[in-house]
Amino acid sequence: MTVRLTGVGLRLGQVRALDGIDLHIEAGERVAVIGPSGAGKSSLLNLLATALQPDSGTVELLGEAPWRLSGRARQRLRTRIGLIHQAPPLPSRQRVVTTVLAGRLGRWGTLRGLASLLHPRDVPGARAALATLGLADKLFAQCGQLSGGQLQRVGIARVLYQQPELLLADEPVSAMDPVLADHTLETLCRHAGERGVTLVASLHAVELALAHFPRVIGVRDGRLAFDLPAAQVTPERLDALYANAGIASPQAAGAAPAPVQIPRC
Amino acid sequence: MLSRDTRDPAFLPRLLLGLLAVLVLWPGIRLAELDPRVLFQADSRQAMGGFLAGFWPPAHGAEFLELLLDATLQTLAVATAGMALALLLAVPMSLLASRALSLSAASRSGRPSTLGLVLRWPVRALLVFLRSVPEIVWALLFVRAVGLGPTAGVLAIAITYSGMLGKVYAEIFESVGQRPAHALMQAGAGRLSAFFYGILPSAAGELVSYTVYRWECAVRASVVMGFVGAGGLGQQIDLSMRMFAGAEVASMLLTFLLLVWLADQLSRLLRGRLA
Repeated sequence: MTVRLTGVGLRLGQVRALDGIDLHIEAGERVAVIGPSGAGKSSLLNLLATALQPDSGTVELLGEAPWRLSGRARQRLRTRIGLIHQAPPLPSRQRVVTTVLAGRLGRWGTLRGLASLLHPRDVPGARAALATLGLADKLFAQCGQLSGGQLQRVGIARVLYQQPELLLADEPVSAMDPVLADHTLETLCRHAGERGVTLVASLHAVELALAHFPRVIGVRDGRLAFDLPAAQVTPERLDALYANAGIASPQAAGAAPAPVQIPRC
Repeated sequence: MLSRDTRDPAFLPRLLLGLLAVLVLWPGIRLAELDPRVLFQADSRQAMGGFLAGFWPPAHGAEFLELLLDATLQTLAVATAGMALALLLAVPMSLLASRALSLSAASRSGRPSTLGLVLRWPVRALLVFLRSVPEIVWALLFVRAVGLGPTAGVLAIAITYSGMLGKVYAEIFESVGQRPAHALMQAGAGRLSAFFYGILPSAAGELVSYTVYRWECAVRASVVMGFVGAGGLGQQIDLSMRMFAGAEVASMLLTFLLLVWLADQLSRLLRGRLA
Protein backbone atom coordinates (compact mmCIF):
# COMPACT_ATOMS: atom_id res chain seq x y z
CA MET A 1 0.00 0.00 0.00
CA THR A 2 1.62 3.27 -1.12
CA VAL A 3 -0.94 5.76 0.13
CA ARG A 4 -3.42 5.33 2.97
CA LEU A 5 -5.40 8.39 4.09
CA THR A 6 -7.92 7.91 6.87
CA GLY A 7 -10.38 10.66 7.73
CA VAL A 8 -7.95 13.38 6.74
CA GLY A 9 -8.98 17.01 7.25
CA LEU A 10 -6.94 20.09 6.41
CA ARG A 11 -7.58 23.71 7.34
CA LEU A 12 -5.77 26.53 5.51
CA GLY A 13 -6.44 29.72 7.45
CA GLN A 14 -10.24 29.96 7.70
CA VAL A 15 -10.85 27.68 4.73
CA ARG A 16 -11.63 24.01 5.15
CA ALA A 17 -9.45 22.78 2.27
CA LEU A 18 -9.99 19.05 2.79
CA ASP A 19 -12.58 17.25 4.84
CA GLY A 20 -12.86 13.58 5.80
CA ILE A 21 -10.75 12.17 2.98
CA ASP A 22 -10.38 8.37 2.90
CA LEU A 23 -8.09 7.20 0.12
CA HIS A 24 -6.13 4.04 -0.59
CA ILE A 25 -3.70 3.75 -3.47
CA GLU A 26 -1.76 0.56 -4.20
CA ALA A 27 1.86 0.48 -5.34
CA GLY A 28 2.21 1.00 -9.09
CA GLU A 29 -1.29 2.49 -9.57
CA ARG A 30 -1.85 5.49 -11.85
CA VAL A 31 -4.49 7.86 -10.52
CA ALA A 32 -5.81 11.17 -11.88
CA VAL A 33 -7.40 13.78 -9.63
CA ILE A 34 -9.93 16.09 -11.29
CA GLY A 35 -12.29 18.74 -10.00
CA PRO A 36 -13.19 22.45 -10.29
CA SER A 37 -10.76 25.22 -9.37
CA GLY A 38 -10.34 25.58 -5.63
CA ALA A 39 -11.77 22.13 -4.92
CA GLY A 40 -8.69 20.99 -3.00
CA LYS A 41 -6.70 19.12 -5.69
CA SER A 42 -3.47 20.97 -4.91
CA SER A 43 -4.05 20.63 -1.16
CA LEU A 44 -4.49 16.88 -1.58
CA LEU A 45 -1.26 16.54 -3.56
CA ASN A 46 0.68 18.76 -1.15
CA LEU A 47 -0.63 16.62 1.67
CA LEU A 48 0.62 13.48 -0.10
CA ALA A 49 3.99 15.20 -0.64
CA THR A 50 4.24 15.92 3.13
CA ALA A 51 4.35 19.62 2.25
CA LEU A 52 1.26 20.14 4.43
CA GLN A 53 0.41 18.53 7.73
CA PRO A 54 -3.20 17.40 8.20
CA ASP A 55 -5.22 18.81 11.11
CA SER A 56 -7.08 15.55 11.61
CA GLY A 57 -6.90 11.96 10.47
CA THR A 58 -3.84 9.88 9.63
CA VAL A 59 -1.54 9.85 6.63
CA GLU A 60 0.51 6.78 5.72
CA LEU A 61 2.93 6.95 2.81
CA LEU A 62 5.14 4.09 1.55
CA GLY A 63 4.35 2.22 4.76
CA GLU A 64 5.40 5.01 7.12
CA ALA A 65 3.48 7.72 8.99
CA PRO A 66 5.46 10.88 8.08
CA TRP A 67 4.11 13.05 10.91
CA ARG A 68 5.07 10.52 13.57
CA LEU A 69 8.68 10.31 12.35
CA SER A 70 11.61 12.36 13.59
CA GLY A 71 12.69 15.26 11.39
CA ARG A 72 15.64 13.32 10.02
CA ALA A 73 13.63 10.21 9.23
CA ARG A 74 10.96 12.36 7.57
CA GLN A 75 13.58 13.94 5.30
CA ARG A 76 14.71 10.41 4.38
CA LEU A 77 11.13 9.44 3.56
CA ARG A 78 10.75 12.62 1.51
CA THR A 79 13.59 11.61 -0.81
CA ARG A 80 11.31 8.72 -1.92
CA ILE A 81 8.41 11.08 -2.74
CA GLY A 82 8.57 13.53 -5.65
CA LEU A 83 6.14 16.39 -6.32
CA ILE A 84 5.93 18.16 -9.67
CA HIS A 85 4.71 21.67 -8.87
CA GLN A 86 2.13 23.55 -10.89
CA ALA A 87 4.36 26.66 -11.05
CA PRO A 88 7.90 25.22 -11.10
CA PRO A 89 9.79 26.60 -8.07
CA LEU A 90 13.07 27.15 -9.90
CA PRO A 91 15.42 30.13 -9.37
CA SER A 92 15.69 32.05 -12.65
CA ARG A 93 19.44 32.51 -12.24
CA GLN A 94 20.20 28.81 -12.10
CA ARG A 95 21.40 26.65 -14.95
CA VAL A 96 19.07 23.87 -16.04
CA VAL A 97 21.69 21.21 -15.30
CA THR A 98 21.98 22.40 -11.66
CA THR A 99 18.21 22.56 -11.34
CA VAL A 100 17.77 18.98 -12.54
CA LEU A 101 20.62 17.61 -10.42
CA ALA A 102 19.07 19.26 -7.35
CA GLY A 103 16.46 16.49 -7.50
CA ARG A 104 18.85 14.10 -5.77
CA LEU A 105 20.13 16.49 -3.09
CA GLY A 106 18.32 14.53 -0.41
CA ARG A 107 20.08 11.32 -1.39
CA TRP A 108 23.51 12.89 -1.92
CA GLY A 109 23.94 14.60 1.42
CA THR A 110 25.19 18.13 1.94
CA LEU A 111 28.88 17.78 1.06
CA ARG A 112 28.34 15.99 -2.23
CA GLY A 113 25.56 18.44 -3.05
CA LEU A 114 27.85 21.42 -2.53
CA ALA A 115 30.64 19.79 -4.53
CA SER A 116 28.18 19.40 -7.38
CA LEU A 117 27.75 23.19 -7.43
CA LEU A 118 31.45 23.54 -8.29
CA HIS A 119 31.34 20.85 -10.95
CA PRO A 120 28.08 19.15 -12.02
CA ARG A 121 28.20 15.66 -10.60
CA ASP A 122 26.13 13.73 -13.09
CA VAL A 123 25.81 15.55 -16.42
CA PRO A 124 24.81 12.39 -18.36
CA GLY A 125 22.03 11.68 -15.85
CA ALA A 126 20.62 15.20 -16.12
CA ARG A 127 20.87 15.08 -19.92
CA ALA A 128 19.02 11.75 -20.01
CA ALA A 129 16.22 13.09 -17.78
CA LEU A 130 15.85 16.16 -20.02
CA ALA A 131 16.05 14.07 -23.20
CA THR A 132 12.95 12.06 -22.27
CA LEU A 133 11.08 15.39 -22.34
CA GLY A 134 12.78 16.69 -25.50
CA LEU A 135 14.85 19.35 -23.74
CA ALA A 136 18.39 17.90 -23.93
CA ASP A 137 19.61 20.98 -25.85
CA LYS A 138 18.70 23.27 -22.93
CA LEU A 139 21.07 21.52 -20.50
CA PHE A 140 23.30 24.56 -19.96
CA ALA A 141 20.69 27.29 -20.49
CA GLN A 142 19.51 29.47 -17.61
CA CYS A 143 16.04 28.81 -16.21
CA GLY A 144 15.08 32.45 -16.71
CA GLN A 145 15.52 32.14 -20.47
CA LEU A 146 12.99 29.32 -20.87
CA SER A 147 9.31 29.61 -21.76
CA GLY A 148 6.58 28.58 -19.32
CA GLY A 149 6.11 25.18 -20.95
CA GLN A 150 9.84 24.49 -21.11
CA LEU A 151 10.21 25.47 -17.47
CA GLN A 152 7.41 23.11 -16.50
CA ARG A 153 9.23 20.30 -18.29
CA VAL A 154 12.49 21.15 -16.47
CA GLY A 155 10.52 20.82 -13.22
CA ILE A 156 9.30 17.41 -14.38
CA ALA A 157 12.83 16.37 -15.39
CA ARG A 158 14.09 17.20 -11.91
CA VAL A 159 11.50 14.95 -10.26
CA LEU A 160 12.16 12.15 -12.79
CA TYR A 161 15.87 12.46 -11.96
CA GLN A 162 15.01 12.21 -8.26
CA GLN A 163 13.59 8.69 -9.02
CA PRO A 164 10.87 8.74 -6.35
CA GLU A 165 8.74 5.71 -5.55
CA LEU A 166 5.66 7.92 -5.22
CA LEU A 167 5.41 10.42 -8.07
CA LEU A 168 2.96 13.28 -7.52
CA ALA A 169 2.12 15.85 -10.18
CA ASP A 170 0.10 19.03 -9.59
CA GLU A 171 -1.23 20.21 -12.97
CA PRO A 172 2.01 19.06 -14.64
CA VAL A 173 1.03 20.14 -18.18
CA SER A 174 -0.99 23.32 -17.56
CA ALA A 175 1.44 25.57 -19.52
CA MET A 176 1.82 23.27 -22.54
CA ASP A 177 0.02 23.07 -25.87
CA PRO A 178 -2.35 20.09 -26.28
CA VAL A 179 0.08 17.95 -28.32
CA LEU A 180 2.97 18.54 -25.94
CA ALA A 181 0.70 18.01 -22.92
CA ASP A 182 -0.41 14.66 -24.30
CA HIS A 183 3.15 13.60 -25.06
CA THR A 184 4.44 14.70 -21.62
CA LEU A 185 1.71 12.80 -19.78
CA GLU A 186 2.52 9.78 -21.96
CA THR A 187 6.17 10.10 -20.87
CA LEU A 188 5.21 10.37 -17.20
CA CYS A 189 2.95 7.33 -17.40
CA ARG A 190 5.59 5.31 -19.26
CA HIS A 191 8.21 6.25 -16.65
CA ALA A 192 5.83 5.18 -13.89
CA GLY A 193 4.91 1.94 -15.66
CA GLU A 194 8.50 0.89 -16.39
CA ARG A 195 9.68 1.36 -12.83
CA GLY A 196 6.55 0.36 -10.96
CA VAL A 197 6.23 3.90 -9.60
CA THR A 198 2.92 5.05 -8.15
CA LEU A 199 1.67 8.12 -10.04
CA VAL A 200 -0.94 10.58 -8.76
CA ALA A 201 -1.62 13.61 -10.98
CA SER A 202 -4.16 16.40 -10.78
CA LEU A 203 -5.39 17.66 -14.14
CA HIS A 204 -7.68 20.39 -15.44
CA ALA A 205 -8.13 18.69 -18.79
CA VAL A 206 -10.64 15.91 -18.16
CA GLU A 207 -10.06 14.18 -21.51
CA LEU A 208 -6.33 13.84 -20.69
CA ALA A 209 -7.20 12.31 -17.32
CA LEU A 210 -9.59 9.80 -18.91
CA ALA A 211 -7.14 8.95 -21.72
CA HIS A 212 -4.04 8.29 -19.63
CA PHE A 213 -5.19 7.13 -16.21
CA PRO A 214 -7.02 3.91 -15.34
CA ARG A 215 -8.41 5.36 -12.10
CA VAL A 216 -9.98 8.82 -11.71
CA ILE A 217 -10.85 10.65 -8.48
CA GLY A 218 -13.23 13.61 -8.49
CA VAL A 219 -12.71 16.25 -5.78
CA ARG A 220 -15.23 18.94 -4.94
CA ASP A 221 -15.39 21.28 -1.92
CA GLY A 222 -12.57 19.39 -0.18
CA ARG A 223 -14.35 16.02 -0.38
CA LEU A 224 -14.06 13.02 -2.67
CA ALA A 225 -17.04 13.19 -5.06
CA PHE A 226 -16.22 9.89 -6.78
CA ASP A 227 -13.41 7.35 -7.11
CA LEU A 228 -13.95 5.22 -10.21
CA PRO A 229 -12.25 3.40 -13.08
CA ALA A 230 -11.92 5.81 -16.02
CA ALA A 231 -14.50 3.88 -18.07
CA GLN A 232 -17.21 4.51 -15.47
CA VAL A 233 -16.78 8.30 -15.35
CA THR A 234 -19.95 9.39 -17.17
CA PRO A 235 -20.76 12.89 -18.55
CA GLU A 236 -23.48 13.21 -15.86
CA ARG A 237 -20.91 12.72 -13.10
CA LEU A 238 -18.63 15.30 -14.71
CA ASP A 239 -21.50 17.79 -15.01
CA ALA A 240 -22.25 17.35 -11.31
CA LEU A 241 -18.56 17.65 -10.44
CA TYR A 242 -18.03 20.90 -12.32
CA ALA A 243 -21.47 22.51 -11.77
CA ASN A 244 -20.96 26.13 -10.77
CA ALA A 245 -23.87 28.04 -9.28
CA GLY A 246 -21.92 31.32 -9.36
CA ILE A 247 -21.69 31.43 -13.16
CA ALA A 248 -24.87 32.18 -15.13
CA SER A 249 -24.28 29.89 -18.13
CA PRO A 250 -21.98 27.06 -17.18
CA GLN A 251 -19.95 25.62 -20.05
CA ALA A 252 -20.16 21.95 -20.82
CA ALA A 253 -17.95 20.31 -18.25
CA GLY A 254 -14.54 19.30 -19.48
CA ALA A 255 -14.97 21.02 -22.85
CA ALA A 256 -12.25 23.60 -22.36
CA PRO A 257 -9.42 23.19 -19.88
CA ALA A 258 -9.13 26.42 -17.94
CA PRO A 259 -5.94 28.23 -18.98
CA VAL A 260 -3.59 28.54 -16.05
CA GLN A 261 -0.95 31.24 -15.98
CA ILE A 262 2.46 29.88 -15.02
CA PRO A 263 4.65 32.65 -13.65
CA ARG A 264 8.18 32.65 -15.03
CA CYS A 265 10.62 31.41 -12.45
CA MET B 1 -17.33 62.32 -1.53
CA LEU B 2 -16.26 58.74 -0.95
CA SER B 3 -19.14 56.72 -2.24
CA ARG B 4 -19.30 52.98 -1.73
CA ASP B 5 -18.11 52.30 -5.31
CA THR B 6 -14.86 54.25 -5.21
CA ARG B 7 -13.90 53.64 -1.61
CA ASP B 8 -10.43 52.18 -1.02
CA PRO B 9 -10.32 50.34 2.31
CA ALA B 10 -6.60 51.12 2.66
CA PHE B 11 -7.01 54.90 2.30
CA LEU B 12 -7.84 55.84 5.89
CA PRO B 13 -5.08 53.75 7.52
CA ARG B 14 -2.52 55.21 5.11
CA LEU B 15 -3.63 58.78 5.83
CA LEU B 16 -3.46 58.16 9.58
CA LEU B 17 0.01 56.59 9.29
CA GLY B 18 1.24 59.61 7.31
CA LEU B 19 -0.09 62.03 9.94
CA LEU B 20 1.45 59.91 12.69
CA ALA B 21 4.86 60.05 10.98
CA VAL B 22 4.74 63.88 10.88
CA LEU B 23 3.65 64.02 14.53
CA VAL B 24 6.53 61.79 15.57
CA LEU B 25 9.15 63.61 13.49
CA TRP B 26 8.32 67.14 14.66
CA PRO B 27 9.56 66.72 18.26
CA GLY B 28 12.61 64.99 16.79
CA ILE B 29 13.61 68.15 14.98
CA ARG B 30 13.13 70.19 18.18
CA LEU B 31 15.16 67.67 20.21
CA ALA B 32 18.03 67.77 17.71
CA GLU B 33 18.21 71.57 18.12
CA LEU B 34 18.28 71.90 14.34
CA ASP B 35 18.52 75.58 13.37
CA PRO B 36 19.98 76.19 9.89
CA ARG B 37 20.19 79.97 10.47
CA VAL B 38 23.34 79.54 12.62
CA LEU B 39 25.21 78.42 9.50
CA PHE B 40 24.70 81.74 7.79
CA GLN B 41 25.71 84.10 10.58
CA ALA B 42 28.72 86.31 9.82
CA ASP B 43 31.31 84.78 12.16
CA SER B 44 30.40 81.18 11.25
CA ARG B 45 30.78 82.06 7.59
CA GLN B 46 34.15 83.68 8.20
CA ALA B 47 35.49 80.73 10.21
CA MET B 48 34.42 78.18 7.59
CA GLY B 49 35.57 80.38 4.73
CA GLY B 50 39.05 80.76 6.22
CA PHE B 51 39.35 76.99 6.64
CA LEU B 52 38.09 76.24 3.12
CA ALA B 53 40.30 78.92 1.50
CA GLY B 54 43.37 76.89 2.45
CA PHE B 55 42.03 73.89 0.47
CA TRP B 56 43.21 75.13 -2.94
CA PRO B 57 45.44 73.96 -4.48
CA PRO B 58 45.45 70.44 -2.97
CA ALA B 59 48.87 69.40 -1.65
CA HIS B 60 50.84 67.40 -4.22
CA GLY B 61 54.48 67.34 -3.09
CA ALA B 62 56.26 64.05 -3.79
CA GLU B 63 56.93 63.39 -0.12
CA PHE B 64 53.33 64.09 0.86
CA LEU B 65 51.97 61.92 -1.95
CA GLU B 66 54.11 59.02 -0.75
CA LEU B 67 52.74 59.53 2.75
CA LEU B 68 49.23 59.72 1.33
CA LEU B 69 49.67 56.48 -0.62
CA ASP B 70 50.91 54.68 2.49
CA ALA B 71 48.00 55.96 4.58
CA THR B 72 45.48 55.06 1.86
CA LEU B 73 46.81 51.53 1.56
CA GLN B 74 46.67 51.18 5.32
CA THR B 75 43.08 52.39 5.40
CA LEU B 76 42.09 49.95 2.65
CA ALA B 77 43.89 47.14 4.44
CA VAL B 78 42.11 47.94 7.74
CA ALA B 79 38.71 48.03 6.03
CA THR B 80 39.32 44.82 4.05
CA ALA B 81 40.77 42.84 6.94
CA GLY B 82 37.94 44.05 9.20
CA MET B 83 35.34 43.00 6.63
CA ALA B 84 36.98 39.59 6.16
CA LEU B 85 36.88 38.90 9.89
CA ALA B 86 33.31 40.25 10.07
CA LEU B 87 32.23 37.89 7.26
CA LEU B 88 33.70 34.91 9.11
CA LEU B 89 31.33 35.68 11.96
CA ALA B 90 28.39 37.07 9.99
CA VAL B 91 27.82 34.25 7.48
CA PRO B 92 27.27 31.43 10.01
CA MET B 93 25.22 33.70 12.25
CA SER B 94 22.99 34.85 9.38
CA LEU B 95 22.33 31.22 8.45
CA LEU B 96 21.40 30.48 12.07
CA ALA B 97 19.24 33.58 12.44
CA SER B 98 17.36 33.43 9.15
CA ARG B 99 13.91 31.92 8.97
CA ALA B 100 14.62 31.05 5.35
CA LEU B 101 16.35 27.86 6.49
CA SER B 102 13.48 26.73 8.67
CA LEU B 103 12.66 23.10 7.95
CA SER B 104 9.34 23.41 9.75
CA ALA B 105 8.30 26.35 7.56
CA ALA B 106 8.56 24.10 4.51
CA SER B 107 5.68 21.97 5.76
CA ARG B 108 3.62 24.74 7.39
CA SER B 109 3.09 26.93 4.29
CA GLY B 110 5.92 29.28 5.26
CA ARG B 111 5.35 29.70 9.01
CA PRO B 112 8.24 28.39 11.14
CA SER B 113 7.35 26.49 14.29
CA THR B 114 7.36 28.30 17.64
CA LEU B 115 10.34 26.27 18.78
CA GLY B 116 12.30 27.37 15.70
CA LEU B 117 11.48 31.01 16.42
CA VAL B 118 12.55 30.66 20.04
CA LEU B 119 15.84 28.99 19.09
CA ARG B 120 16.66 31.73 16.54
CA TRP B 121 16.04 34.46 19.08
CA PRO B 122 19.41 34.26 20.96
CA VAL B 123 21.33 34.58 17.66
CA ARG B 124 19.29 37.65 16.79
CA ALA B 125 19.99 39.10 20.22
CA LEU B 126 23.72 38.50 19.75
CA LEU B 127 23.59 40.30 16.39
CA VAL B 128 21.79 43.23 18.02
CA PHE B 129 24.45 43.40 20.74
CA LEU B 130 27.32 43.29 18.25
CA ARG B 131 26.04 46.22 16.23
CA SER B 132 24.53 48.32 19.01
CA VAL B 133 27.93 49.53 20.28
CA PRO B 134 29.37 51.99 17.70
CA GLU B 135 32.69 50.99 16.12
CA ILE B 136 34.35 54.14 17.48
CA VAL B 137 33.68 52.94 21.03
CA TRP B 138 35.17 49.53 20.26
CA ALA B 139 38.15 51.31 18.67
CA LEU B 140 38.74 53.41 21.81
CA LEU B 141 38.55 50.22 23.87
CA PHE B 142 40.96 48.27 21.65
CA VAL B 143 43.41 51.18 21.36
CA ARG B 144 43.79 50.81 25.11
CA ALA B 145 44.10 47.02 24.86
CA VAL B 146 46.39 46.52 21.84
CA GLY B 147 47.93 50.00 21.65
CA LEU B 148 47.87 52.67 18.92
CA GLY B 149 47.75 51.32 15.37
CA PRO B 150 45.57 49.66 12.76
CA THR B 151 44.91 46.45 14.75
CA ALA B 152 42.39 48.28 16.94
CA GLY B 153 40.57 49.49 13.81
CA VAL B 154 40.44 45.99 12.30
CA LEU B 155 38.97 44.48 15.48
CA ALA B 156 36.44 47.28 15.90
CA ILE B 157 35.19 46.92 12.33
CA ALA B 158 35.09 43.13 12.59
CA ILE B 159 32.84 43.23 15.65
CA THR B 160 30.36 45.95 14.63
CA TYR B 161 30.14 44.90 11.00
CA SER B 162 29.57 41.23 11.79
CA GLY B 163 26.40 42.35 13.58
CA MET B 164 25.21 44.49 10.68
CA LEU B 165 26.11 42.00 7.94
CA GLY B 166 24.58 39.08 9.85
CA LYS B 167 21.29 40.88 10.35
CA VAL B 168 20.95 42.14 6.79
CA TYR B 169 22.09 38.85 5.23
CA ALA B 170 19.49 36.98 7.27
CA GLU B 171 16.83 39.40 6.03
CA ILE B 172 17.97 39.17 2.40
CA PHE B 173 17.65 35.37 2.60
CA GLU B 174 14.10 35.83 3.86
CA SER B 175 13.15 38.43 1.26
CA VAL B 176 13.82 36.33 -1.85
CA GLY B 177 11.26 33.77 -3.01
CA GLN B 178 11.15 30.85 -0.58
CA ARG B 179 9.42 28.34 -2.85
CA PRO B 180 12.58 26.92 -4.48
CA ALA B 181 14.18 26.17 -1.11
CA HIS B 182 10.93 24.81 0.35
CA ALA B 183 10.46 22.55 -2.66
CA LEU B 184 13.97 21.15 -2.18
CA MET B 185 13.45 20.54 1.55
CA GLN B 186 10.15 18.83 0.72
CA ALA B 187 12.12 16.52 -1.58
CA GLY B 188 14.38 15.52 1.29
CA ALA B 189 17.28 17.97 0.87
CA GLY B 190 19.08 19.28 3.94
CA ARG B 191 18.89 22.94 4.99
CA LEU B 192 22.33 23.86 3.73
CA SER B 193 21.81 22.22 0.33
CA ALA B 194 18.41 23.89 0.04
CA PHE B 195 20.07 27.22 0.83
CA PHE B 196 22.78 26.88 -1.79
CA TYR B 197 20.46 25.53 -4.50
CA GLY B 198 17.27 27.41 -3.68
CA ILE B 199 18.10 30.76 -2.08
CA LEU B 200 21.64 31.77 -3.02
CA PRO B 201 20.98 32.00 -6.79
CA SER B 202 18.25 34.61 -6.19
CA ALA B 203 20.01 36.40 -3.33
CA ALA B 204 23.55 36.61 -4.75
CA GLY B 205 23.17 39.99 -6.46
CA GLU B 206 21.66 41.64 -3.40
CA LEU B 207 24.30 40.10 -1.11
CA VAL B 208 27.21 41.31 -3.24
CA SER B 209 25.76 44.79 -3.53
CA TYR B 210 25.28 45.10 0.22
CA THR B 211 28.72 43.65 0.98
CA VAL B 212 30.52 46.09 -1.32
CA TYR B 213 28.50 48.98 0.12
CA ARG B 214 29.47 47.88 3.64
CA TRP B 215 33.10 47.65 2.57
CA GLU B 216 32.80 51.25 1.41
CA CYS B 217 31.34 52.15 4.81
CA ALA B 218 34.21 50.28 6.47
CA VAL B 219 36.68 52.47 4.57
CA ARG B 220 34.93 55.55 5.94
CA ALA B 221 34.70 54.06 9.42
CA SER B 222 38.39 53.21 9.46
CA VAL B 223 39.10 56.86 8.66
CA VAL B 224 36.97 58.04 11.57
CA MET B 225 38.75 55.56 13.84
CA GLY B 226 42.07 56.97 12.64
CA PHE B 227 41.10 60.10 14.58
CA VAL B 228 41.31 58.12 17.82
CA GLY B 229 44.68 56.60 16.89
CA ALA B 230 43.83 53.59 14.76
CA GLY B 231 46.18 54.63 11.93
CA GLY B 232 45.56 55.19 8.23
CA LEU B 233 44.11 58.20 6.43
CA GLY B 234 42.13 59.30 9.47
CA GLN B 235 45.22 59.82 11.56
CA GLN B 236 46.76 61.88 8.73
CA ILE B 237 43.63 64.02 8.38
CA ASP B 238 43.63 64.58 12.12
CA LEU B 239 47.27 65.71 12.05
CA SER B 240 46.77 67.97 9.02
CA MET B 241 43.68 69.59 10.51
CA ARG B 242 45.50 70.31 13.75
CA MET B 243 48.21 72.02 11.71
CA PHE B 244 45.60 73.94 9.67
CA ALA B 245 47.13 72.41 6.51
CA GLY B 246 43.95 72.78 4.39
CA ALA B 247 45.74 71.76 1.19
CA GLU B 248 46.64 68.37 2.64
CA VAL B 249 43.10 67.84 3.89
CA ALA B 250 41.84 68.63 0.41
CA SER B 251 44.13 66.01 -1.17
CA MET B 252 42.95 63.41 1.29
CA LEU B 253 39.28 64.21 0.69
CA LEU B 254 39.90 63.81 -3.05
CA THR B 255 41.43 60.40 -2.32
CA PHE B 256 38.23 59.49 -0.51
CA LEU B 257 36.12 60.53 -3.44
CA LEU B 258 38.20 58.24 -5.61
CA LEU B 259 37.86 55.29 -3.19
CA VAL B 260 34.09 55.62 -2.92
CA TRP B 261 33.79 55.96 -6.69
CA LEU B 262 35.90 52.81 -7.13
CA ALA B 263 33.70 50.90 -4.68
CA ASP B 264 30.65 52.04 -6.63
CA GLN B 265 32.13 50.81 -9.92
CA LEU B 266 33.09 47.47 -8.37
CA SER B 267 29.58 47.01 -7.02
CA ARG B 268 28.07 47.81 -10.41
CA LEU B 269 30.42 45.41 -12.16
CA LEU B 270 29.69 42.53 -9.79
CA ARG B 271 25.94 43.14 -9.84
CA GLY B 272 26.02 43.18 -13.61
CA ARG B 273 27.65 39.74 -13.57
CA LEU B 274 25.20 38.32 -11.02
CA ALA B 275 21.82 39.89 -11.75
